[in-house]
Amino acid sequence: MINNQDIVLSVKGLSKTIGKREIVRDITFDVKAGEIFGFLGPNGAGKTTTIRMLVGLIRPSKGSIHIGGHDLQKDFLNAIRQVGCIVENPELYPYLTGRENLEHFARMVPDISDQRINEVVELVELTERIDDPVKTYSLGMRQRLGIAQALLGDPKLLILDEPTNGLDPAGIRELRSFIRHLANEKGISVFISSHILHEVQLMCDRVAIIHHGKIIQTSSVDQLVEQDSKVEWILEPLEQGIQILHKLSYISQIEKLDHHRVLTRMPPEKIAEVNQQMIQHQIKVTGICQYKQTLEDIFLKMTEGHQIV
Amino acid sequence: MFNLVYNEYFKLIRKKRMFVITLILLVLIPIFTYAQYKTAKNAMEQLGTSDWRAILQQQIVDQQNRLSSSRLAPEWKERIRLNIKQQQYYLDHDINPTAPGAPTFMREFIEGAISLFLPLLVVVLAADLVSSEHSGGTIKLLLTRPVPRWKILLSKYFALLLGISLMLLITAILGYLISGVIFGYKGWNIPVLTGFQMQKEHLITDYVHIVPQWKYLLMAFGLAWFSSIAVGTISFMASVLLRSTASSMGAMLAAVVAGSLLTQIAPNWNELRYIAFINLGLTDYLAGNPILVEGMNLPFSLAVLSVWSLIAIIIAFIAFTRRDVTT
Repeated sequence: MINNQDIVLSVKGLSKTIGKREIVRDITFDVKAGEIFGFLGPNGAGKTTTIRMLVGLIRPSKGSIHIGGHDLQKDFLNAIRQVGCIVENPELYPYLTGRENLEHFARMVPDISDQRINEVVELVELTERIDDPVKTYSLGMRQRLGIAQALLGDPKLLILDEPTNGLDPAGIRELRSFIRHLANEKGISVFISSHILHEVQLMCDRVAIIHHGKIIQTSSVDQLVEQDSKVEWILEPLEQGIQILHKLSYISQIEKLDHHRVLTRMPPEKIAEVNQQMIQHQIKVTGICQYKQTLEDIFLKMTEGHQIV
Repeated sequence: MFNLVYNEYFKLIRKKRMFVITLILLVLIPIFTYAQYKTAKNAMEQLGTSDWRAILQQQIVDQQNRLSSSRLAPEWKERIRLNIKQQQYYLDHDINPTAPGAPTFMREFIEGAISLFLPLLVVVLAADLVSSEHSGGTIKLLLTRPVPRWKILLSKYFALLLGISLMLLITAILGYLISGVIFGYKGWNIPVLTGFQMQKEHLITDYVHIVPQWKYLLMAFGLAWFSSIAVGTISFMASVLLRSTASSMGAMLAAVVAGSLLTQIAPNWNELRYIAFINLGLTDYLAGNPILVEGMNLPFSLAVLSVWSLIAIIIAFIAFTRRDVTT
């Protein structure tokens, strides 16, 4: 199993109750070194509250958070030293220049040299505008300055709350490759919250899906996506074909699209077997089309199901 | 810790608050200078003399006339009677109470500004110190550094103390330089009376003595510093408790103005003296100005301000270190 040393962030039984409302309920997960971990959920699911607990802005009602082996509540300074974060928007001091902002935060951490400041500025490609006031920056530039301040202290764990909010498609793509670079080259673990699913699918190694303050599932993105996929069949005659499909237990969903086509939800490795069944019953298969299921489908399925329960 | 205080002070200066305050002073001091010049000139014209003894004599006569009016409230009568006594004392001892010169202007300016004008400037400086970090969202970055919360708040408080000191320094320097253009820059050694004491309605002159004006000014600015810090500390608490700059500044401005109004409106309401904002006019004790609310004296006011400040700072620290940051 996983060595304890490889776990950068460990969350156990985390809960937060405000008044009588349970905003976060008994959340448990681990983030490993060099991993990009997605934290997925609709708005109001408790993502931001969880993130604020992870960086010590909100005190948990129950549970524990360990960062790099240090308990956040008992040993705040050593735990938070390993974290760089942007909580919600990258809000910096608008009346200071980019460099003054970085210098300001550098002074709050021991031993950050001017050279380190230049390094992170170069890393986020802000060298040309770093001496301009932040109020003149575009949102994308503020986002990059936000990442620069998060990287100043050479963190082991980067926590980003909705990092692509307000970025244009090019900016999102840039951010994605930048985060990949940080995880792969520098071994930084990245914890990303988002409500945009394909973004998480493209960026993350593993995801936790949170809904109504509870984690419904934690697994790798590949596993999640490959559990079930949609397969479209073009059959003739269609009605008999559908009857055969109904007899197969591993087909979870059958939906007639038009006179020839039917959509099924099934494990992809069973496609050949279904095809064989069709041939045995002398049904003409003129087309098989497998759709890779997106995280979106899974997510909607899960959260809908959850609401009914 | 030095780095943290440097950070906070740097932000205080760069937010241009100090600049705005300097600007306000640059506009107001010339106006006050001119006003005082005008009053002095008017008095001279009315009396047809530039002799201050004659002016003082005339003032005493004027006030005696007012006393005989039956419509005057008893508190005001008392006040006027005390004024007359004081002016008579100046006259008897051959001391010109409004001897011209920039130092005299500074003295009168600080005495006039201590209970309303300076507190307002302090509120402008202090009331958004913490709340602006909330409304700007930067509090999230500030509190996720490897620095304990109490240290961050303490560094902000130190920066505020420095800011208030700088503000008073600017007030003194601008007051001296600007008023000196009209009144001249001399007058540091003019003798000033102090040591008046009130006991019930009597002005006790037993302890009255003469100090050179520069010494008096030092004492007056020291007291102004003390009362400004008290206002600053209470504003600081408001800035921690109320998370929006508008509400913390609004609440504090209202409190300061209400304090100065209440003294005028209800001097008989004795419990008022336990309110910090009633006790801001510390220089009144120095100058021997009549105190409207009974039972107040310098040690009492200092004690009230100290207690309020202490409670405010304790509440601010508890709230800041314990509270969840959800905005």
